[in-house]
Amino acid sequence: MEPASMPKQANVPLRKKRKRNLFFSKKVAPYVFVSPFVLSFLLLFFYPLLNGVIMSFQSILPGQTAFIGFSNYERVFNPTFYRALYNTSVYVLLTTILLVCVPIALACLLNSRMMKLSSVFRAALFVPALTSVIVAGVVFRLMFGESELSLANHLIGFFGIEPVGWRYGAVSGMFLMVILASWRWIGVNIVYFMAGLSNIPGELYEAAEIDGAGVLQKFYHITLPLLKPVTIYVVTLTVINGFRMYEESFVFWENSSPGNIGLTVVGYIYQQGFQMNNMGFGSAVGVVLMGIIFTISIIQLKFFGALKKE
Amino acid sequence: MTVKARVLSVIVIVAIAVIACLALFPLITLIVSSFRPSSDLMRNGITLSFSFRELNLDNYFHIFRQADHYWTWYGNSLIISALTIVLSLFFSSMVGYALAVYQFRGRNVIFILVLLILMVPFEILMLPLYRLMTFLGMIDSYIAVILPMVVAPVAVFFFRQYALGLPKELMEAARIDGCTEYGIFFRVMAPLMLPSFAAMAILQGLGSWNNFLWPLVVLRSNSMFTLPIGLSTLLTPYGNNYDVLIAGSVMTVLPIVILFLFFQRYFISGLTVGGVKG
Repeated sequence: MEPASMPKQANVPLRKKRKRNLFFSKKVAPYVFVSPFVLSFLLLFFYPLLNGVIMSFQSILPGQTAFIGFSNYERVFNPTFYRALYNTSVYVLLTTILLVCVPIALACLLNSRMMKLSSVFRAALFVPALTSVIVAGVVFRLMFGESELSLANHLIGFFGIEPVGWRYGAVSGMFLMVILASWRWIGVNIVYFMAGLSNIPGELYEAAEIDGAGVLQKFYHITLPLLKPVTIYVVTLTVINGFRMYEESFVFWENSSPGNIGLTVVGYIYQQGFQMNNMGFGSAVGVVLMGIIFTISIIQLKFFGALKKE
Repeated sequence: MTVKARVLSVIVIVAIAVIACLALFPLITLIVSSFRPSSDLMRNGITLSFSFRELNLDNYFHIFRQADHYWTWYGNSLIISALTIVLSLFFSSMVGYALAVYQFRGRNVIFILVLLILMVPFEILMLPLYRLMTFLGMIDSYIAVILPMVVAPVAVFFFRQYALGLPKELMEAARIDGCTEYGIFFRVMAPLMLPSFAAMAILQGLGSWNNFLWPLVVLRSNSMFTLPIGLSTLLTPYGNNYDVLIAGSVMTVLPIVILFLFFQRYFISGLTVGGVKG
């Protein structure tokens, strides 16, 4: 904002006015509006992205950076990375199955005519999404304690199962991460599917009922096909979130799990980049991860035919 | 309703009720455990059986009287969340609005860039962003935590969707009345977008309140920690801070749950941004 009229500037108001008008014109205003985005895109996205790719070809030591060609990439594919990739992939597979099937079923039940208090139950299922991973981790770590008195061990004791050191086995460790993530995300996905269900016209079901279709037939031939767009969206989101996973592992083991049972790809980036101070190598892992995520997204979109639609 | 349908309906409702209780169970045990002696929690974790006589307020007395660092984290989290909300709403709404209501060269390019940012996980930019922050001398400051969140692509996307539905005649009317383009946004259109501001304030606030990885990377000193980072430092097997950990966890979540009960609609529309319409 400039002062309206100053006595000293009496001889330049015309030029000033034109400048002002240009700034306020319909042509320039949109560019002013989007300028923060363009700035932040360049500084906080494009530059780091480019720099990340460049760093992956460098050896970065304090005060001494050198290009070393592909040697970071040659070292990326080592047993530890494969372990991280394996853990992450198993986690992605399990969370995707759980976080698609269970929410679809629950959303259908909540949406059905037989349901009462649907919004209360939806709210209750949504509450876990409000917790931070750390708080959720505190609860789950304490529930799945090693002691034979801990809640989880006490419960499985009813079935005659010996106490488990939950955080020390590969299978139980994976179970902890998957159950923590599923608990936190189920409510959000239910809301997605319920929104999808509310877009399905009720006449379809009525017509099917007249034709004598049963509950399961209606589900297979009407609900599932019409939920396809939402399902694609949820699957894509869950898969990408799965590959980004680090925090669910951190709350159980911080940065070092026994035999790397909790190591994820992002955890490996963190470990190499920050703890080992090996930023070049960490960046190379990051670029590989980006490649994996892009490939999967494209396959997914092609496979589900979502690319054709748009 | 036939008898069969009524029975089925009861079964379904009971089943959902059980599942809803299971979903709330971890939070309920957290709250109950916060009234139990922390030494027990440390030894056995959360247990199924405990005596009601041992419930007390010691953990809370401790945290209010002797855990100054916890309140420092709380303050940091409040400041960072508040700044993130204000800045990201201000900038993201301008961008989303411009993308929706103006025809200008480069509009599509910018929209594609927004979607591109949405597609690239933040974790991949973590190392170079950290180097950038080091270079700018911002490590261990509020600004380092906030800056990458200021123009949030999700919020831009949401505001754009919302602004697409605004009546454009109002803009013409305001122009005829001599309103500048900025005046149109701030005085006419932004007030109409208020529900979207509420939803995004909640999304950005919740995201920032619970954000973990990035603050973990850029915050160094205990006095700068946010709640999740601070609490995570207490989560050690040798920790003797379980009193602060457990009562602190409750006080981290409870305000959010209470807000949720009042503003459920906005939480849900904010957290489920995206192409659900199909």
